[in-house]
Amino acid sequence: MKPTDIGAPDYFHKVVDCQWACPAHTPVPEYIRLIAAGRYGDAYMVNWHSNVFPGILGRTCDRPCEPACRRGRVEERNAEKPEPVAICRLKRVAADNKEDIRDRLPKPPKQKNGKRIACIGAGPASLTVARDLVPLGYHVTVYDQDPRAGGMIWSQIPRFRLPMEVIDEEVGYILDLGVEFRAGVRIDSLKKLMAEGYDAIFVGSGAPRGRDLDIPGRKEAAARIHIGIDWLSNVSFEHINKIGKRVIVLGGGNTAMDCCRTSRRLGGEDVKVIVRSGYEAMKASPWEKEDAVHEGIPILNYLVPKAFTHENGKLTGITFEKVKAVYDGEGEKRGRRLVPTGEADQHFECDDVLVAVGQENAFPWIERDVGLQFDRSGMPVVDKVTMQSTLPHVLFGGDSAFGPKNIIWAVAHGHDAAISIDKLCQGEDVRERPSPLVNLMSQKMGIHEWSYDNDISLAQRYKVPWRDKKVTLRDIKVEVEMGFDPKTGFAEAQRCLNCDVQTVFTSKLCIECDACVDICPMDCITFAGDGDEADLRARLNAPARNLSQDLYVSDALKTGRIMAKDEDVCLHCGLCAERCPTGAWDMQKFLLDMTHAGPGCRSPKRKAA
Amino acid sequence: MTYLAKPKLHHPTLAKNAVGYTRRDYEGAISTLCAGCGHDSISAAIVQACWELDIEPHRVAKLSGIGCSSKTPTYFLGNSHGFNSVHGRMPSVLTGANLANRELIYLGVSGDGDSASIGIGQFAHSVRRGVNMVYIVENNGVYGLTKGQFSATADKGSKSKRGVANTDEPLDMIGMALLLGATYVARSFSGDKKQLVPLISAAIQHRGAAFIDVVSPCVAFNNHPGSTKSYDYVREHNEAVNRLDFIEGRDEITAEYAPGQVVEVAQHDGALLRLRKLAPDYDPTDRIKVMKYLQERAAAGEVVTGLLYLDPASSDLHEHLNTVEAPLNQLAERELCPGSVMLDRINAALR
Repeated sequence: MKPTDIGAPDYFHKVVDCQWACPAHTPVPEYIRLIAAGRYGDAYMVNWHSNVFPGILGRTCDRPCEPACRRGRVEERNAEKPEPVAICRLKRVAADNKEDIRDRLPKPPKQKNGKRIACIGAGPASLTVARDLVPLGYHVTVYDQDPRAGGMIWSQIPRFRLPMEVIDEEVGYILDLGVEFRAGVRIDSLKKLMAEGYDAIFVGSGAPRGRDLDIPGRKEAAARIHIGIDWLSNVSFEHINKIGKRVIVLGGGNTAMDCCRTSRRLGGEDVKVIVRSGYEAMKASPWEKEDAVHEGIPILNYLVPKAFTHENGKLTGITFEKVKAVYDGEGEKRGRRLVPTGEADQHFECDDVLVAVGQENAFPWIERDVGLQFDRSGMPVVDKVTMQSTLPHVLFGGDSAFGPKNIIWAVAHGHDAAISIDKLCQGEDVRERPSPLVNLMSQKMGIHEWSYDNDISLAQRYKVPWRDKKVTLRDIKVEVEMGFDPKTGFAEAQRCLNCDVQTVFTSKLCIECDACVDICPMDCITFAGDGDEADLRARLNAPARNLSQDLYVSDALKTGRIMAKDEDVCLHCGLCAERCPTGAWDMQKFLLDMTHAGPGCRSPKRKAA
Repeated sequence: MTYLAKPKLHHPTLAKNAVGYTRRDYEGAISTLCAGCGHDSISAAIVQACWELDIEPHRVAKLSGIGCSSKTPTYFLGNSHGFNSVHGRMPSVLTGANLANRELIYLGVSGDGDSASIGIGQFAHSVRRGVNMVYIVENNGVYGLTKGQFSATADKGSKSKRGVANTDEPLDMIGMALLLGATYVARSFSGDKKQLVPLISAAIQHRGAAFIDVVSPCVAFNNHPGSTKSYDYVREHNEAVNRLDFIEGRDEITAEYAPGQVVEVAQHDGALLRLRKLAPDYDPTDRIKVMKYLQERAAAGEVVTGLLYLDPASSDLHEHLNTVEAPLNQLAERELCPGSVMLDRINAALR
């Protein structure tokens, strides 16, 4: 095999599974160590720089980092149901316990650079663009149809999951930088906005339209059938404060989970979620399903809605067809179909129905003749790297770019768009993207001393305590999760394997004494004859079956053999380096910071001779 | 050097053996030897061999004397019996224990200082008597604990870390073991577990005195140019006469052999050992030829490794002494005090 090039930033980045999986590439182990050290403010700032909304994300993030977490692959007793480090909830620990960090935020610039940027929608994507650009001197105007900034963060996520103070605080940090926020202004023509002469326009208008369910009875019973996201935002606006006793929520995503739990708090006593697919195939995050079930909400599956039943113009219930999942096709074509079981239809009575079967994008305000290209599904054509539309000065991000995703993706899009806007305004090539800032530094402090805690905690994942149901179901504004207290937060932080502290191998120092092989608790290291990757993976001391994880391969050693290390389940305990008599192994911290908009993202200018 | 216990987590594919243990269950306390010490590799090889042989840890007694090597029994088989004896006295303690309880597996672990200097007499007599044991000498040619003076096995002319050449003749423990009647004699290298693990496995299964000399570099005091017990020197001069590929009842290595490349040795109890020849015409069952061969190669500066000698018709001290079949702790009053009729019979026989 070709020796591994550890100089390429991606190699060690991939070893830090959580950071690699995070769309914004937040240096997770770095802030978890800070939390363990009680340095909550520092941990918060690491997050703030990277993902902009630590307190909000610490409660609501979709957590792509957690399924990726290495901890989930090393605990034998949880092999069936992996229990990663509670990364998301640790982020909240930092946000909840931090000191006042306001003096560490960027200051509004003393001098503006004369460039004007418009952001449409005040959701997470637009706010990220504003945060990245305003401190650089840009004048950023953010438009939103609502009186508050935050977008779906506050309109769609219910207060019992995300208190208003948290939103106000973190949105406030951004607005206080000197963003011009035009609340309650609805943009209904891109053409008109373009005519105002902005240097760039960023569209972060979200996926504002809830999909409807066009089945018999929809029109007749319309009065008690509500579109999920509209209903949720009406609840957030306090336009709606009650619902019928019997509620059916249709749909299996996170919006459906928010709908059913909100219903329980607004007078719904018999609330159920009914989904077409199987329980496992539901789109909702597992923990959100768990939260709903905890509140006594049954989730019924394999039922396809056929008709709304009604009497005298009043909704009486829904009839469902029973289906089962059939898997057919081969390879990539393998798919799941839902076919009727042939059993009798089932009818459920209800007073209200909440339809949460998906969201759509809507751009009625973009004239089709402004030169902005749309694809056949009605989505704008957007470059995945630069976030530009076919009009170079009009950029998209968040749900409006590629359809509904989540907050952390919106943040990542915002960072990318801000880089593009910055380069655009500086007259640079937008396609030339800045490389991340990478630092690799030895953690050795003494003969068996490292600057990180390398003793591996055997603790199981800690559960975040819930407030008593009796209290939370009575008041929609009472937050259900109470967050870890500092003591539990520390214990959970200790479960982190410090995957960013890398095992770095220097082949010319190795005397092939086998000490690292003998001590490695996970049998990661092998000295063997060279071969191609597939062959090598099978010949290691422990087979390397996880193909998504790389092999770290050295060049030929004195005996002609090579060192091959399977990164998959390495605990980063550093015992290989402690056992190494020659320092061929060293533990080095790999810190990768994404480069955001600003001088760092610009191409180095040639100095005049 | 670490004082951090090895984490309990292990690879998801770590297998259990027939008696329900993983390889990790055969480990001991964390080693306090120098980082890179060959002895730690030998401990790992013993762990591997015992796991592969499905040995129940409580069936093993590990005995040692004094020295770096004699510390190692703490670092493997943490659930077995252990006895750390006086300097050089491991062989007598082992002999006594073996006579008292013949059912345990006896693992004597010693070093070149413990066995070739202060304990040379003990070593000689335990081998001569044919005690059923595995006697491993972790041989690094220096006194590591006292900062690297030459030991009795250091080669003449080899240099100390400070550049002084050794003027004494080395003590050849393999040659002594052969002369004294060891029925299983092997040499290996701590840096070659593929060779070492099967040799330990076969030695454990061998009945009689099995002696393994394992060259085990001392990274702190004897791993420099001029040393003949360094990683580099041993690798350069290692001449393996054979590879022990197959022990009956264990997983077979399915390799194709050209005719004449394989020696099969059936042992006393019928167990079969298959040796892949690396040196042509090397016959590990002919003691005289083996001794001659070893002398020749040693004179040429080579370190001959592999299974050097095996007596297929081995026997042990219990057989020689015609001792009782059961361990002494299982003998009850009835066997120990057979009564006056038996006493009379014995007395009559002596008249």
